[in-house]
Amino acid sequence: MPDVILVPHRDVTTEPRLVRGLLVGVVLLLIGILLFAPLAAVFASALSEGLRASLESLTLPEVRSAIRLTLMVAAIVVPLNAVLGIAAAWAIAKFDFRGKAVLITLIDLPFSVSPVVAGLSLVLLAGAQSSLGAWFAAHDIRIVFALPAIVLATLFVTFPFVARELIPIMIEQGRAEEEAALTLGASGWRTFRTVTLPNIRWALLYGVLLCNARAMGEFGAVAVVSGKIRGETTTMPIMVEMLYNEYLSVAAFSLAGVLALLALVTLTLKSLLEWRHADVLAATRRH
Amino acid sequence: MKAGLMRARSPLPGFGLTFGITMAALSVVVLLPIGALLGRGIAIGPAELWQMIDTPRIWAALALSFRAALIASLFNLVFGLLLAWVLVRYRFPGRGLVDAAVDLPFALPTAVAGIALGALYAPNGVFGQLLAPFGIRVAYTEAGIWLALIFIGLPFVVRTVQPVIAEIDHELEEASATLGAHRAYTLRRVVLPILTPALLTGFALAMARSVGEYGSVIFIAGNLPFTSEIAPLLIVIRLEEYNYDAAAAIGIAMLVISFAMLLAINLIQIWSRRRIAHA
Repeated sequence: MPDVILVPHRDVTTEPRLVRGLLVGVVLLLIGILLFAPLAAVFASALSEGLRASLESLTLPEVRSAIRLTLMVAAIVVPLNAVLGIAAAWAIAKFDFRGKAVLITLIDLPFSVSPVVAGLSLVLLAGAQSSLGAWFAAHDIRIVFALPAIVLATLFVTFPFVARELIPIMIEQGRAEEEAALTLGASGWRTFRTVTLPNIRWALLYGVLLCNARAMGEFGAVAVVSGKIRGETTTMPIMVEMLYNEYLSVAAFSLAGVLALLALVTLTLKSLLEWRHADVLAATRRH
Repeated sequence: MKAGLMRARSPLPGFGLTFGITMAALSVVVLLPIGALLGRGIAIGPAELWQMIDTPRIWAALALSFRAALIASLFNLVFGLLLAWVLVRYRFPGRGLVDAAVDLPFALPTAVAGIALGALYAPNGVFGQLLAPFGIRVAYTEAGIWLALIFIGLPFVVRTVQPVIAEIDHELEEASATLGAHRAYTLRRVVLPILTPALLTGFALAMARSVGEYGSVIFIAGNLPFTSEIAPLLIVIRLEEYNYDAAAAIGIAMLVISFAMLLAINLIQIWSRRRIAHA
């Protein structure tokens, strides 16, 4: 029997206990002030005159039409974005071609452009003062200050969301499985549906979730192109701004509270996905 | 395997279709509008454009947007590193909740964040009242802009650094300790260099996002020309006056800043890839 040497064990790969406690304390305090306090403020202000007043403010016609418009924009943008993201990821991950790096940079471009600049660009492209806008006006088609521009602006700011989640995963998975399916006689579409899609579905869902949150919450780009026509082109975030500026605090924060609840649902689903499918999503996190 | 020689055509179908869809969508949604903005700039002419941008109010707005983004991103660089380290290395009650909450700024609409911060830090708000006796005013000052930009930029550094910390081999730190290094020395000379590329990437992403941020800022900034008026707000004001040329001029200036930022991000990534290749 070797002698058991009893030395107080000190882990050399971590910090002293006191330092650890202090750092955790600082983190909890700052997270409380920076993240939890604003979230609590939304609900506290919404309920400041009671639940009934809060719920009643949500039944205002202009508020209801804002909720409808936001749902409609998301219903158009999110599926489109999912299809575009899958197409972009398929081309980039499964093929080698010149200029691939440039294409990836262009797809990421909306991340670096101010949403207000995105909205401004759309107005300059299709607004009444542009030649394209004049042509549309002559044919009685409204783009700017109407649904099409709101959809285009939202597509602009959410453009990279799905593609960014899928590209690293599809690169990591390679194309051997798809090649095998094709060799066995499956069609291209069937190969995608039965081989690729099951491999990427969690990452796809993750991207769709983030895309949806941004699509419903986009403010800057939509504020510029919507024209803020009450009850017509006001999305939920724009309506929040209008109510807030009119000192209708309960209504503003109640509508903001609906958006905050949506954010909480998004975060919960996202955490569930990360927790259950950490292995698949890890590929994305690493890039 | 020579990756550079992988020019062989993939046997998979659908390249033409997916590449075509991608290019068509990218053109209509992103490139055409940006082209329209740049085209407007060309139509105005470089000398005229410079003259329109070169006014004290626009310089003040651009400088404010850049300065506030820099201050907020530096804060997030330090706090993000601390947060990522604590989340990966320490076990404490509420860790899962904090980890999930880090993404709140990605999920919460910016306008909601803006009015929430406005309500908290206004002179009659919960935090505003606490700070008032010390003579500290946050709402309607530049500090309010920093706060809003800290909020929206918070997740970037955490989420780029976290996976890198998780992959650090503990043996490296053990070896350093065995060789007699203090913990602080190990952290500074062994751990920090490993994290540098991810830290810089997260910082640059937070910067890019903060410079152009609008929704969360305007509710807490006060929006006074020369002191608390950010560049995106000035674009909105010019647009509301139907002064498209002036709006385009500021927009182009901001686009130049965005492109510089994008270039910086790409250079950081190329540099870090080389560093890893040499290691």
